[in-house]
Amino acid sequence: MGWAIAVQGGAGDIPVTLAAERREPCEAAMRHCLKIGVDALKAQKSPLDVVELVVRELENNPHFNAGRGSVLTREGTVEMEASIMDGNTKRCGAVSGLTTVVNPISLARLVMEKTPHIYLAFDGAERFAREQGVETVDSSHFITQANIERLKQVQEANRVQIDYTKPIQKDEKKETPTADGDSQIGTVGCVAVDSHGNLASATSTGGFVNKMVGRIGDTPIIGAGTYANNLCAVSATGKGEAVMRATVARDVAALMEFKGLSLKEAAAYVIEESVPRGNAGLVAVSAKGEVTMALNTTGMYRACATEDGYSEIGIWPSVQN
Amino acid sequence: MGGWAIAVHGGAGVDPNLPPHRQEEAKKLLTRCLNLGISKLRSNLSAIDVVELVVRELETDPLFNSGRGSALAANGTVEMEASIMDGNGRRCGAVSGLNTVKNPVSLARLVMDKSPHSYLAFSGAEDFARQQGVELVENEYFITEENVGMLKLAKEANTIVFDYRIPAVGSETCSAVAESPLQMNGLPISVYAPETVGCVVVDNQGRCAAATSTGGLMNKMNGRIGDSPLIGAGTYACNLCGVSCTGEGEAIIRGTLAREVAAVMEYKGLGLQEAVDFVIKERLDEGFAGLIAVSNKGDVACGFNTTGMFRGCATEDGFMEVNIWE
Repeated sequence: MGWAIAVQGGAGDIPVTLAAERREPCEAAMRHCLKIGVDALKAQKSPLDVVELVVRELENNPHFNAGRGSVLTREGTVEMEASIMDGNTKRCGAVSGLTTVVNPISLARLVMEKTPHIYLAFDGAERFAREQGVETVDSSHFITQANIERLKQVQEANRVQIDYTKPIQKDEKKETPTADGDSQIGTVGCVAVDSHGNLASATSTGGFVNKMVGRIGDTPIIGAGTYANNLCAVSATGKGEAVMRATVARDVAALMEFKGLSLKEAAAYVIEESVPRGNAGLVAVSAKGEVTMALNTTGMYRACATEDGYSEIGIWPSVQN
Repeated sequence: MGGWAIAVHGGAGVDPNLPPHRQEEAKKLLTRCLNLGISKLRSNLSAIDVVELVVRELETDPLFNSGRGSALAANGTVEMEASIMDGNGRRCGAVSGLNTVKNPVSLARLVMDKSPHSYLAFSGAEDFARQQGVELVENEYFITEENVGMLKLAKEANTIVFDYRIPAVGSETCSAVAESPLQMNGLPISVYAPETVGCVVVDNQGRCAAATSTGGLMNKMNGRIGDSPLIGAGTYACNLCGVSCTGEGEAIIRGTLAREVAAVMEYKGLGLQEAVDFVIKERLDEGFAGLIAVSNKGDVACGFNTTGMFRGCATEDGFMEVNIWE
């Protein structure tokens, strides 16, 4: 037993040829978030506090698809969503459709702690944010040039698709250096367990680039993008629709509980069997202080550490021995 | 076993003092919906089509809390949500925050079939509805006088209230309420509107489907989403079973109730009724909820830990039952 923590910055088609100047800020962020998470665990902060503070950090970082740096809807706007869950009590909070709230994950926590509900969305959530006095800003704060570009590329690709009679394969890799095909980079998330076996999970996202206005993905859905109970805590990322129908986060825990699989086995099973290739990744920790990070996409920004000194930061699948 | 099976529900958590004529009304509606589903199953309509059809019927009738007759949000409007799942392929569709769409479950189906996504909400969902040309009506259409009255009571629910629908026993209404402190979701049972309607079906090809629809919790904060549109919580279907839940949204979400039934069948090899019993008994902690389920083998089951659940079920071999209480 001992504490453990894992962080993810999104799973998707991250080509190994990704330019250093794109890769480095993300790796640095993973390293930084791991450090602040580990420091917090060492300082005996609760896992719930730890996952919230790490995800806030990632939301504030414009290189990830959450908070500032969120991908854009088809109208060029930002609609953010997040959820958080406490393993001990299975209490949870979720928000969707946020446009001005600087830290969606913190609003999700307030929904959990300050309302009789679990999930608030759109205008109602924004109103609640104002009532709670959380930090809100003009929506333009969240929009980055990179995402304006991303949206433009995707919309042009769709237009081009319509012009051709031959259907373009969905998984066709794009060759241009700027179009790095990362429109699937899903979310940010963090899972943590302390040395008493208390678990928590948090996930946050801007969603799917060029998504329809009002589209909700897996991230705010308890059991899909986020789950924690007294066995494990899971944060999933990838193609929302696939993660949702496979109830990814819940299934990892269910396999441990009902089939006696280990954390690693359960995560591997879900990633390999329950979601199509190229669709998902997850990070998870167990009550025993184990950690696992699994993906079936080209890459997933991630980092983890355990009390016994193990730590790992990565993007592409690690070469297992 | 084998063959088709169907179950419908109109919500869990029923006021034990519900007047007999209202109980009769509810049973009649459940029977009518069940018969509608049965006749379609006999004509070989697929499970996914049957669940949609039956839930549309329940939404259209103002009796239960969905579509017309939905519970009202804090500002007096209706915000409806629904989800549908096709066990054959686990495709799903969900909607939330609807206020002009006549049949939310049908919009959920269109999200599943005609959009690149699985869940649309609020103005985005309403825009999609317009694009798809589904039937739209004014928000007033959904609001019943009875629910306007109930909303008022719900707002007063922090103090002792009386339920004007139930004939007062002299002036002792206050003590009458004190004697039945049954609560669901923080509301006295007399004011609580059993949340949701739902339908689960397995057709004669063994395909399962599930659908759930609701107006949500009476006096909810605007923007509140409950369990009904959440895949894995209020609705779930896979190749083994179809499940629709109702009751305290928080408990159902935390317990990922609908998925749980399928998970214990899949991973622990439990049969349908065993799985339902296990989930109701072990997965609700202090929460109150009920659910209906069918299996690909033609079984049907229901379970609840609430005081009553409006429900009905039928199987191909002639079994049929409509009930409210234990």
